[in-house]
Amino acid sequence: MFPASFDYVKATSVPDAVSILSSVEDSKLLAGGHSLLPLMKLRLASPSMLVDIGSLSELSYIEDKGDYVAVGALTRHHDVQNSRLLKSEVPILPYVASQVGDPSVRHRGTIGGSISHGDGASDLPAAVLALDAKFVAVGPKGERVIPASQFFVGFLETVLDLDEVLTEIRVPKFSGGWSYQKFNRRAQDWAIVGVAAVSNGSTKVSLVNMGSTPLRAVGTEAALADGASIEEASSKASDGIDPPSDLNASSAYRRHLAEVLVRRALVEALR
Amino acid sequence: MTVVESGSSKRVTGTRMLRREDPALLTGEAKFIDDIVQTDALYMVLLRSPMAHARIISVDSSAAKRMPGVVAVFSGSDLRGEWLAPMPCAWPVTVDMKNPPHYPVAADVVNYVGDAVAVVLASDKIAAVDALAAIDVNYEPLPVVSNLEDALADKNLVHPALGTNTSYVWNLEPDKAKVDSAFASAEHVVRSRFVQQRLIPSAMETRGVLAVPHPYGGEYTLFSSTQIPHILKTMLSLTVGISEAKLRVIAPSVGGGFGSKLNVYSEEVLALTLARKLHKPIRWTEERSENSLATIHGRGQIQDVELAADADGKIMAVRVNLVADMGGYLQLLTPGVPLLGGFLYHGLYDVPAYSFTCTGVFTNKTPTDAYRGAGRPEATFAIERSMDALAKRVGVDPAEIRRRNFIAPEKFPYSSAPGLVFDSGNYLPNLEMALEKIGYKEIRAEQERRRAEGSRKHLGVGLSCYVEMCGLAPSKVLGSLSYSAGGWESATVRILPTCKVQVVTGTSPHGQGHETSWSMIVADRLGINTADIEVLHSDTAIAPYGLDTYGSRSLAVGGSAVYLATEKVLEKAKLIAAHALEVSPEDLDYQDGEFKVKGSAGKSYALSSAALEAFTAHDLPEGVEPNLEATVTWDPPNFTFPFGTHIAVVEVDEETGQTDLLRYLSIDDVGNQINPMIVDGQIEGGIAQGVAQALFEEAVYDESCNLLDSTFIEYLMPSAAEFPSFELGNTVTPSPTNPLGVKGVGEAGCIASPPAVINAVVDALAEFGIEHIDMPASPEKVWSAIELARLSGTRVD
Ligand SMILES: Cc1cc2nc3c(=O)[nH]c(=O)nc-3n(C[C@H](O)[C@H](O)[C@H](O)COP(=O)(O)OP(=O)(O)OC[C@H]3O[C@@H](n4cnc5c(N)ncnc54)[C@H](O)[C@@H]3O)c2cc1C
Repeated sequence: MFPASFDYVKATSVPDAVSILSSVEDSKLLAGGHSLLPLMKLRLASPSMLVDIGSLSELSYIEDKGDYVAVGALTRHHDVQNSRLLKSEVPILPYVASQVGDPSVRHRGTIGGSISHGDGASDLPAAVLALDAKFVAVGPKGERVIPASQFFVGFLETVLDLDEVLTEIRVPKFSGGWSYQKFNRRAQDWAIVGVAAVSNGSTKVSLVNMGSTPLRAVGTEAALADGASIEEASSKASDGIDPPSDLNASSAYRRHLAEVLVRRALVEALR
Repeated sequence: MTVVESGSSKRVTGTRMLRREDPALLTGEAKFIDDIVQTDALYMVLLRSPMAHARIISVDSSAAKRMPGVVAVFSGSDLRGEWLAPMPCAWPVTVDMKNPPHYPVAADVVNYVGDAVAVVLASDKIAAVDALAAIDVNYEPLPVVSNLEDALADKNLVHPALGTNTSYVWNLEPDKAKVDSAFASAEHVVRSRFVQQRLIPSAMETRGVLAVPHPYGGEYTLFSSTQIPHILKTMLSLTVGISEAKLRVIAPSVGGGFGSKLNVYSEEVLALTLARKLHKPIRWTEERSENSLATIHGRGQIQDVELAADADGKIMAVRVNLVADMGGYLQLLTPGVPLLGGFLYHGLYDVPAYSFTCTGVFTNKTPTDAYRGAGRPEATFAIERSMDALAKRVGVDPAEIRRRNFIAPEKFPYSSAPGLVFDSGNYLPNLEMALEKIGYKEIRAEQERRRAEGSRKHLGVGLSCYVEMCGLAPSKVLGSLSYSAGGWESATVRILPTCKVQVVTGTSPHGQGHETSWSMIVADRLGINTADIEVLHSDTAIAPYGLDTYGSRSLAVGGSAVYLATEKVLEKAKLIAAHALEVSPEDLDYQDGEFKVKGSAGKSYALSSAALEAFTAHDLPEGVEPNLEATVTWDPPNFTFPFGTHIAVVEVDEETGQTDLLRYLSIDDVGNQINPMIVDGQIEGGIAQGVAQALFEEAVYDESCNLLDSTFIEYLMPSAAEFPSFELGNTVTPSPTNPLGVKGVGEAGCIASPPAVINAVVDALAEFGIEHIDMPASPEKVWSAIELARLSGTRVD
């Protein structure tokens, strides 16, 4: 497995990265490389140049901003997993990070990379979706803030422009219950189906690997808002959703799993 | 436990001595094939067919040839005439077996996805890989044969010239009338169909070859990540046409094999052929997803199994009908693998009548061949699943049905109905020890409690009692099975002038720790330190004779040869000592490096003096040659028959279908143990590999015969995180077959574990009336079975 040949440059700052991205056609950001490099080795991606932001330490931080916690895009999963601030203010996020891959993946992979990659099968995108997080992106035209609910648009596709850098993830603090249910076969695997539930006034539920992007379980959320029981609300877990079939699970089995896992997540979050 | 007749007062055999191999492996010092520096080598890569069955209309490599760094591109037709013979199959199991010739690069027709159609040589790896995309191959698709039923039906043919997909039908039925009458008069007949899925062996190191032509004299050195440097050398000579006298084969550090490197592969033949053609070193390193396609697969069988039993559940006859998937071609041992289990479908039970038939068929898939256990896991699965079914039919506990059928200890050596002689065994105490240690009664009670409570987490416990045959083995017997090689092993023990010892073995370790174990055997016999013993192997220039490592044979056959060669060299040293002490050899005792005259205190002669004397040869006794060296080639009188009991405890989540392996216990009897730590390591790895077959792994093909899981993302090879800590124990029943009393342990774990796990899963699902789950018992499969049971109302509440 060898990638096609490419150029490589180390960005010195976010503006530097933005300016390279806008001037070099087919250039791509490299963060932890744990999603991009496998694609390149399989020759499913062949960027002309990698713009390495991996050593921009100014993008690696976790800070208290009052009603939200700001997480720098380059923060490694391992650091999210072990952050005391997140553990007390947004406890679901460190837990979800602890469920990503294996220790070596968690030491290399970044939260910004995971979100920008936009894989519907990944854990962190679904978690930030249930949290109603906001993302800060910097491009040639400056900075913009994008709500998670508008960020993921298709298979490995987000609203980020090709020359934009995701710099920060803003996760609202919450004090209610939460749960993350990840169903897989091997410890280091992606979820066959995953469910994140966050209860903070209203209850938000998102689904992993039930579609080409992370999804909100809108049927369940609406039912809960209408006062439905957990049993009833979880039976609507995959309303309007057409989950994929693959070697690990047929579409029908995924629907079933979503229902079971949503129920378990709600029982835990609403306890 | 006596292991080795000892010349040492500080015995090391039987201790958990750390492996001398490990420091180099753990620090990255060990040299695997890709670590061997050969600066002027050309990189070889193969263009592999994306189609499972197609005629090659044309191969246009003109663009690829013009790419930077590319030195040569050859299609199969370009290379016609380079080979002396087709790729070898060394096991023509019947006289009329059909073995269509195949060559390293296909010239006319491709027969599986991954079959090579062209080869690129370039000055660097990336240039070679880039050139692949520039080769234009025009294929005419042919109909594929994608499963065993279709293969048997001969609707489409893999090799139309044969007129059939059947390669052979092999039959073992010593007394048909006896089998028929047993079935006619049986109280219980249990019939089952089991599927042994295809598996990808997945050694940690993929394959690799480096072929180096010498500047003058027409000599070649070939490095290969192989289990069988000796067999490979002979086979390469026969297929490539380079004299055996001009070919040296070296297996450097090899990162596992599990049978997948017990073969002669296209890339080995090709690298050597192209090294000859271009007079350049050629190297090839297999990629991981390439390994999934181009290295042999294991298993791939449908088993129809019938037991006839009397009212008490005593088995009267076993009848087995097997269909075995050969894949697109026959590789080195492809046809023989299912037959290695063909003698063992009655397990460790005393069964008077036996019938076994195997039909080997071609499909458009990667060839199958030996994979850890080779035939014996399949046999063990079939009988141990059937025993559980029989227990249910008779209405007794699975442990009880086994007790009733064990071969009694006084019957050993036991002549089995299929015609083997089991060397030694004592099965009942082994089973009882396992039941006791796991707390079988308590688990059954907990199971009852959960059932009464209506728990959705179902507890299941599964037994697997196994016997296997290893230590390949008597050459005569292998000959009677049409196997084209012997089963002996050779060893040389050489005591150097400074009394350090060189051991040369014909076995070829690739992770098993032979250097450690062989040195322990010699250390005990000579009463010297293991640190003073060096073990040489896996290079045909250093260890010219050997039959290599597979089939759990190395210790039983190769280790025994080492022991006997040590005895022989010690006998010679004794002659020298007796001469020096002016006594007769019979008057000498030997211990801790000293010959002592019996009874007379003080008079002694050191082994080191004998070593020096043998070297200087200044005063040797009449008729004794200089040098202290002895070679023994040992051909054992029989196989060995390890056995044991494995117990799996699982929890099945009714809602998701997920199986959790809660506990796994094994009590293995592998005869005497040279190094119990190494034994445990073999058992643990084997259990993990067998559990992987039961719960995780399967090479999945679509109907066009595309392999759908060629990477570790899809192919679910488990890691340590998926297992509980295994609980290991032993009984010890020495084998009378060899001087060490050892039996072999390389495959036991993966032979025993699949039925233990599936029996446990089925036991957990008993409430639903579910009688079988095919491997791998994935969550979806289990969930679907539960759903089906609910719909059809078989649930027994
Ligand atoms: C063996 C293995 C197991 C794994 N298991 C899991 C798992 O269980 N669950 C899970 O969720 N994930 C898993 N992953 C994926 C892992 O979490 C990745 O690290 C993560 O998805 C991507 O982060 P990265 O920093 O490595 O991104 P990269 O691979 O460097 O980049 C990914 C993509 O995002 C873009 N990108 C990166 N950073 C930015 C940025 N700041 N702004 C804009 N674009 C950016 C890149 O250009 C690229 O297109 C696994 C990976 C491996 C190799």
